[in-house]
Amino acid sequence: MTRKQRRLYFVLLGMAALGAAVALVLTAISDSLVYFYSPTDIVSQRIPEGRRMRIGGLVEEGSVKKDGKLVSFKITDITNTVPVAYAGILPDLFREGQGVVVEGRMEKGQFAASEVLAKHDEKYMPKEVADALKKSGQWNDGKSK
Amino acid sequence: MHRFANPARFLRMAKVILPYSSGIAVLSLAAGLWFALAASPADYQQGDSVRIMYVHVPSAWMGMFCYVAMAVFSAMALIWKHPLADLLAKATAPVGAAFTFLCLVTGSLWGKPMWGTWWAWDARLTSMLILLFLYLGYMALINAFDDPERGHKAAAILALVGAVNIPVIKWSVDWWNTLHQPASVVKMGGPAIDPSMLVPLLLMALGFKAYWISILILRGRAEIAAQKIRIIRMAQIHAASRGE
Repeated sequence: MTRKQRRLYFVLLGMAALGAAVALVLTAISDSLVYFYSPTDIVSQRIPEGRRMRIGGLVEEGSVKKDGKLVSFKITDITNTVPVAYAGILPDLFREGQGVVVEGRMEKGQFAASEVLAKHDEKYMPKEVADALKKSGQWNDGKSK
Repeated sequence: MHRFANPARFLRMAKVILPYSSGIAVLSLAAGLWFALAASPADYQQGDSVRIMYVHVPSAWMGMFCYVAMAVFSAMALIWKHPLADLLAKATAPVGAAFTFLCLVTGSLWGKPMWGTWWAWDARLTSMLILLFLYLGYMALINAFDDPERGHKAAAILALVGAVNIPVIKWSVDWWNTLHQPASVVKMGGPAIDPSMLVPLLLMALGFKAYWISILILRGRAEIAAQKIRIIRMAQIHAASRGE
């Protein structure tokens, strides 16, 4: 084996070992790398009241109720829903059927949000195209992740 | 690949390529910006804010592309000791750092009106910030030694180690819940972006790549010239000390 070959194998082996190590670490701490939990996580994991966290999902259609500065709505991931109460300014993209991430804590079965962030999906198109797709029934709701 | 590692051949090729790469960069950036800012439609959800995408997304691609290029050059320098590879890796670093910074800034400006926040510590944004720090670390390390060869070697190792961050950036949006949306262009099942918006995006990306090639040639030339000067100086010093 020449010195060049030896160096090549050394670099390749080093990269493979490093990659494996990083993959293991990231898998191990995966839980703390998620930015938010889903409503199903909240319901199934029984997270204690009062702990600060973020929940992400879709704003359920027809659930948004505004009362002055107070807004209440439901976050859903289709299987489960969590009711949310929030007082403050909503981002421009906040609307029913759209993705949101809320930060706050559970209080008496309701999520008291201190911050509401809008999430948008990966689709980009002009309004006319979106309307045409909806009209022709090819619109798949924009709800898939 | 080894054929191109010769500085003389690089200089000859650079002379031929440079007018084309700069021409392509100017033309496609001009056309891309015109489409992006004026001639492309507003988004059905985001309205005119979507136009930030035409700078943000190609910048992000450039940040990652330049890092991969830098890591490949570094590997070539470490394994085959190509004299040119170190210089090209060094020449790529500031370009990548600049585009990564541009990506973070435009992303922040875009995040405020759309998400409602300038910054979120989600996996995509955090891994992109780490990329910027890797570039800055690389540039600091390569200049931290009196002997340029040792600096090149240390920085090349850092570049290779940091390369594990690239797949993390790319798939962070698929592996974990993030505020950042998943990929729109490079994904299974084809792009989720209307052709009228994909064209300006790709034009901008092409312009940025051609810009990188031009800068690589200019900075590569400067680095080769600087190395020649260093060698001549060393020779002069040796000659002078022997002459005494």
